[in-house]
Amino acid sequence: MTLALQRGGWIIFVSILVAYMLTVIPLPEWARLARPEWAALVLIYWCMAVPHRVGVVIAWLVGLGQDAVQSTLLGQHALAYAVVAYLVLRLHQRIRVYPLPQQALIVLLLLLLNNLIQAWISGLANQPVPGVAYWLPPLVGTLLWPWVFVIMRGVRRRFSVQ
Amino acid sequence: MTLDHREHLGEPIRTAVQTAAHPVHFAVNLPFDLAGYASERLASRSALIEENARLRDQHLLYEARLQRLDQLERENIRLQGLLGSAYEVEESVLIAELMRVDLDPYRHIIRVDKGSRHGVFAGQPVIDADGVMGQVDSVSRSSAVVRLITDPSHAVPVQVNRNGLRAIAFGGGNLRELDIPHLPNNADIEEGDLLVTSGLAGRFPRGYPVAEVISVERQPGESFARITASPLAQLDRSREMLLVRAREEREEGDLDDDTMEQLQSVEDLAREDDQR
Repeated sequence: MTLALQRGGWIIFVSILVAYMLTVIPLPEWARLARPEWAALVLIYWCMAVPHRVGVVIAWLVGLGQDAVQSTLLGQHALAYAVVAYLVLRLHQRIRVYPLPQQALIVLLLLLLNNLIQAWISGLANQPVPGVAYWLPPLVGTLLWPWVFVIMRGVRRRFSVQ
Repeated sequence: MTLDHREHLGEPIRTAVQTAAHPVHFAVNLPFDLAGYASERLASRSALIEENARLRDQHLLYEARLQRLDQLERENIRLQGLLGSAYEVEESVLIAELMRVDLDPYRHIIRVDKGSRHGVFAGQPVIDADGVMGQVDSVSRSSAVVRLITDPSHAVPVQVNRNGLRAIAFGGGNLRELDIPHLPNNADIEEGDLLVTSGLAGRFPRGYPVAEVISVERQPGESFARITASPLAQLDRSREMLLVRAREEREEGDLDDDTMEQLQSVEDLAREDDQR
């Protein structure tokens, strides 16, 4: 554990915490529905960059945290994130070498899948089926991906997380 | 997941996880708290004096109204006592403040800064100065999630204040509207009627204002009227709200004591009347 922390485990932890805070920070009414899922973006980055450190289990825990932060059904985000993390782990060697726009497209697919799983779970839980605006966050997330990627890469190199 | 949804077996786990999430909410809320604190500290003296005078006037006004209310309440207790029904005069309340965090945008839930540490429990009714706001959905150690009455999965039993007609008000996902679906076309309900809690489900105490009827559509072909009402509480504006400790929560343990007390007070009142 100390070894894991020494190699920058805490920076992964802090980045996830920042993502949580961005998730609940108040936004004006028009922007609320378009808020991207920051935790998912950060998680996808870490899964891609350090797949031996951040895997399905960590993703599940991050999702559980997201459920707690947003007070959704416990396990809703956890399941979706675990599936997304699994896909990233399978594809990480390919995604890494793609140019940024192509990477963003893959991220769009992953975020759409994430939303689809969650919509499916809310449907099972008899919650109202969300409207078209529900699919906005993945698009916003995709547009933000290049910036997230560059910033996170900078952070990773600065703190030499391996 | 299924357990959480169906049986609420995960309640302790949920509380623990929510407690773990509290620092995040606290951190996000902190700048707003500090800003509020700063504006309070830096308010000018004259403004404070002015506000103080205004509040004193208001207080006097309410005091005067309360005197009349007290008398009515005593009379009410006596009459209720004669009818043999239990009636709680006043419920104890806890004041909570809204935390400035956004939760799931598709559900009408808010987070407040009082938790199980302060005696908040799941299912506790929440009101503001104008009416019923909702009920506590889940609690953590020092914060709680409140589900508003306009949440699509929320319903509150109400009655028309004018004639006691009972109905159920459902949330529809719109902050300005409640639906009242199961009333027949010939029901005696009009625009402008005040809906108050009926206390039937045992969760909300009786007699708190909930909403005002804004439209009644009676279509001859349909068996039920389409009635919409607008909530009286300032659902999207209130910063402070009251958590009501409902009657049955206290009755569970000491029903007999309560009843005895009530009988006692009724007897006292009767004696006073005799002496007069």
